[in-house]
Amino acid sequence: MAVSPFRSKQFMIPFCISWFVWIVVQQLALYWMGLNWFEALTDSLVSNTLLIYVSMLLFTILRFYLPRTNTMLNLVTWIILLTTGWFFASNTVLDLIYGDNLHYQALIHNTWPIRFAIGFLINGCVSLVGYAYFNWQERSETEQKKNEAEQLSKEAELYKLRQQLQPHFLFNALNSINALIGSRPAEAREMVQQLSDFLRTTLRKEEQQWVKLEDEIRSLQLYLTIEKVRFGHRLHTQLEFNADALNMQLPALLLQPLVENAIKFGLYDTIEESRIYLLAKAEEGQLVITVENPFDPSTAAAQKGTGFGLSSVQRRLYLMFGRKDLLQTTAKENIFSTTVIIPQPIVSDVSKSV
Amino acid sequence: MQYKVLIIDDEPLARSMLLEYLQAYPQLQVVEECNNGFEGVKAIQQHNPDLIFLDIQMPKITGFEMLELLEEPPAVIFTTAFDEFAVQAFEKNAVDYLLKPFSQQRFDKAIARWMEQDKATTVAATEQVLKDAAKNPSQAERIVVKNGTKITIIPVQDIHYLEAADDYVKIVTAAGSFLKKQTMGYFEDTLNKSSFVRTHRSYIVRLQEITRIDPYEKENHIAVLRSGAKIPVSRAGYPKLKAMLGL
Repeated sequence: MAVSPFRSKQFMIPFCISWFVWIVVQQLALYWMGLNWFEALTDSLVSNTLLIYVSMLLFTILRFYLPRTNTMLNLVTWIILLTTGWFFASNTVLDLIYGDNLHYQALIHNTWPIRFAIGFLINGCVSLVGYAYFNWQERSETEQKKNEAEQLSKEAELYKLRQQLQPHFLFNALNSINALIGSRPAEAREMVQQLSDFLRTTLRKEEQQWVKLEDEIRSLQLYLTIEKVRFGHRLHTQLEFNADALNMQLPALLLQPLVENAIKFGLYDTIEESRIYLLAKAEEGQLVITVENPFDPSTAAAQKGTGFGLSSVQRRLYLMFGRKDLLQTTAKENIFSTTVIIPQPIVSDVSKSV
Repeated sequence: MQYKVLIIDDEPLARSMLLEYLQAYPQLQVVEECNNGFEGVKAIQQHNPDLIFLDIQMPKITGFEMLELLEEPPAVIFTTAFDEFAVQAFEKNAVDYLLKPFSQQRFDKAIARWMEQDKATTVAATEQVLKDAAKNPSQAERIVVKNGTKITIIPVQDIHYLEAADDYVKIVTAAGSFLKKQTMGYFEDTLNKSSFVRTHRSYIVRLQEITRIDPYEKENHIAVLRSGAKIPVSRAGYPKLKAMLGL
């Protein structure tokens, strides 16, 4: 919504001064034409006070209904209508005051076209100023919104890139390979292969894509194999899924952060061995995936700041489906479990993208 | 001369990498390999090593937090895969760090540097690194303390207030109070400035715990906490406290 210029001092001061000047000018003109000081002042005050109201009304109209080039005629109609209204109102009021003043009536009778024309011109000028002002405001608002949106999408892009690269995972995996090269070169070679395959699958994916659970599970298994080499006996994983679920679809790059998160908290929130459990099943035509990891309830609160980093998954599900209940978490004793429900896309959408 | 070396890293392959590079140094004797900070503290107390290789991201407590628990930290060479913040902390200081994966040459350089450096410089530099690290969001939410052999992680939002106690700071929470060898200035610096205020030379209070402020003697005040504890507010502390509470 456009802001009324009447709120700003910069606008109000010149606005008041010009009206004051105009009231004085009209009074002087009428005095010169033969009215006495008092009559001239009354006439000028009455007609101009009403004119101020009319011009403010025009401003308000412009504030809410800014005309486009093709509706400019509407604005002109409004100006003529309001000016006519003002003209009759001001005449009626002045008639009530000076109805029996013949000398005044004669003057008014002779000058009415000029008065009407001046009123029309003033209203026209006010509308022009208002039009320019609100147009400029609208434009700067649009500009600002555009900048903000650009900034947001840039940040999101950067974040996505960083997520895809997962520097911590990548460098640690490379370090493990470096260690294996000396002692177990065959395993090192195998791990290089797995790491490359995994990176290729993540780089190929785009967020807007739907993918089959089967494919996601395959790249997840690569990821888990690498993590198991890194953490040795501390990491145990168990994946369970039924055949129906394997054929179901889910948005790309959604499962990966869930499991990464489970591993992060499963491995860093306990010093013991850690078991990550994943269950995928088809339920009422929806894909339901549950990931479980151990955690320590006494210190988990302290890590809330950096988060059970699930908010971005929740945000994505919300943006895609407009629902906030698709990601649920529960903490029971020392097991933290995350469940996501993925409504299935309509078949025709699948082949393309959403 | 023989030196005692300790390796603390939660990834077995990362440890074996260090062992391999260390083979070139017969005078460096690896006394123990530790999986995490808890084992690290115990091993350091037991062996009193001359040098430790320390990973930063480890289960439960970070390498930084582990060092904070030690009375006299030994010389440290940090090993880390990726931690933007930590790298900044190191770059301004004389402590060496190895970015994984690192080469034998880079490793040799770190060892040579350690051998040249006198212990005092290393210890001072380590302290500065720890102070910088404590402000890192991942660590600013908690304080790790040690009582005898028991290590406790205190979430910052559980703290009622901190009180100076000689060379220590007493951290008071609903679950009891804990001592940490540290200065008040350190906590004033590292704790979140929008939720903690130093009301007195010897007191830092978490704002949310304050229920009211009463006048006390002349020109002094007392802050009453939800727990009923009464915390002195000095003449200098009162305006600060008022401003933070928006009074």
